[in-house]
Amino acid sequence: MTVSLRRDAPRSRSGRLLQRIRKGGLPYLFLLPALLLELLVHFVPMIFGILISFKQLTLFFIRNWTGAPWAGLGNYRLVVDVHGAIGSALLHSFVVTCAFTVLAVGLSWLFGTVAAILTQDSFRGRGALRTIFLTPFALPVYASVIIWAFMFQYNNGLVNELLHNVLGITSRPSFWLIGHNSFFALVIISIWRNWPFAFLCVMAGLQGIPRDLYEASAIDGAGIWQQIRRITMPSLRAVNQVLVLVLFLWTFNDFTTPFVLFGASAPSPADVVSIHIYNASFINWNFGEGSAMSVLMLIFLLLVTAVYLLGTSRRRNNA
Amino acid sequence: MPSGLGAGAARRAGPRRRGRGRGRGRGRGLMAPPPSFIWTRRIVLTLLTLFALIPVYVMVSSSLKPLQDVTSTFRWIPDPLTLSAYHDIWFTVPLGRYFLNSLIVSTSAAAASVAVAIFAAYAVSRYGFRGKRIFTTAVLATQMFPGILFALPLFLIFVSIGNATGIPLYGSRGGLIITYLTFSLPFAIWMLTSYFESVPRALDEAALVDGCGPVRALFRVVIPAALPGIIAVTIYAFMTAWGEVLFASVMTNNTTRTLAVGLADYSTQNNVYWNQIMAASLVVSVPVVAGFLLMQRYLVAGLTSGAVK
Repeated sequence: MTVSLRRDAPRSRSGRLLQRIRKGGLPYLFLLPALLLELLVHFVPMIFGILISFKQLTLFFIRNWTGAPWAGLGNYRLVVDVHGAIGSALLHSFVVTCAFTVLAVGLSWLFGTVAAILTQDSFRGRGALRTIFLTPFALPVYASVIIWAFMFQYNNGLVNELLHNVLGITSRPSFWLIGHNSFFALVIISIWRNWPFAFLCVMAGLQGIPRDLYEASAIDGAGIWQQIRRITMPSLRAVNQVLVLVLFLWTFNDFTTPFVLFGASAPSPADVVSIHIYNASFINWNFGEGSAMSVLMLIFLLLVTAVYLLGTSRRRNNA
Repeated sequence: MPSGLGAGAARRAGPRRRGRGRGRGRGRGLMAPPPSFIWTRRIVLTLLTLFALIPVYVMVSSSLKPLQDVTSTFRWIPDPLTLSAYHDIWFTVPLGRYFLNSLIVSTSAAAASVAVAIFAAYAVSRYGFRGKRIFTTAVLATQMFPGILFALPLFLIFVSIGNATGIPLYGSRGGLIITYLTFSLPFAIWMLTSYFESVPRALDEAALVDGCGPVRALFRVVIPAALPGIIAVTIYAFMTAWGEVLFASVMTNNTTRTLAVGLADYSTQNNVYWNQIMAASLVVSVPVVAGFLLMQRYLVAGLTSGAVK
């Protein structure tokens, strides 16, 4: 660039201006494809989605969807009315999703962090363990959910065989994919799928901790448990801030796991929001309502993310 | 659980060695850890190994059983062993076609995603420009959108574009490729930016002084230096496309159906062919698991430089 500039220097003033625009515009040119694609697939559809939430878009209007009548806030009024059938079902689904997310994210984070800290020192077999731990994350989601669905079968599944016949914990085999247990089935699969990601991120975070810190504290007489509490955990704060947020968003929005496990309609105790909205949109063919629900979820996620980032950043700055 | 025990035994047999002088952050203290720590480690890691591997074992062992053995009470050891499921999977449902569709869609989406991300990451890592922060934030924010919110509008937009221009996006592989490439794009840009940052600026500045344009500097210097990272990100993008279900179920038709949707076909028959389902799950997992395990090293390296920043 420097050389080409020098070559252009004797040219006219307008030539130099052109050069400057070219140079200043270059990063934008590089970004353009990414920007256009994000606009086409994410931002424009999202704006349409918000528009649709104000429309009465049912199957009747799907061929000519721009012609569907406006509903004003009608869809929103319907889905937040907790005394009506639709509103109370959404509220139930929201509560289920929150419980599911808190349990799954908390335990995934815990498993991943513990595993990463315990494999921080090198010992024989550590490489093999890492590979084993990452395998669940490498499998395609639908394949792992299908495997778990098989394991949770009533007659021929491994879980009932293990709990009932081998360990004798339950007095009779249980149903896992219907009734109350379906909630726990969902949580277990989600943890199995996501804890390796937490493991991967914490492992990466651990490599950024300078060895001197441990050596200095060892000279001062700190034991390993103290080191973990006083050095490792505080050093992981930055990684954890992002990790927990990403896990939260993934788990809250997770559609694949419940969809592959239960099909289009999940049993009530495991009726998470993503599948609930899919049901409202594509099974009951009421896209206006479905979109209104999605917009509410998006607002909720935005709020939680903003509060979370503000809270954790302040704590990090104070620390 | 032969495989789980094997790993556990190998670990138990190993004497503790401190990873000394192998860069920062490896190994913790100078003293050997107390027994309480070693025992905690053994127990916890064994349990996690079992948790991670039991489903994998169930998949492999069940795929080797005849049908009547997977419809009755679960048995740990497959007996008799048969490979017939691996033969039958190709005929019960058109698995070959689904496989080919997935392969075309995922390969194209991964290649396109990385190509687009390389330029974007180059701009973010090498140039200061107005709107940089907004761009990086907006790209990451797309991760937050519930897929279900834009699945329907995107579907409608694709149908409208198709009606207006005659370019078939709905029901075609093209539409799915465009969709999937944007799914892996945010992460690809983020990872590649951190890989590019780790390439010393002096290298491409030297190329610029030698008379290369910025694009040639990118191709001659930065891309070769960051190649492992680029490969890792490509594999990640491939995996993202390979495993996606929601858009695959909304956007495909009979001829363009991918594995993510097609695997469900095994259980809509009168009989649920669990042995074939497990065999098919294994077959569709092998490409991505192999790719992922090969690139995990680079992925950790990329995450590390991202985390250190």
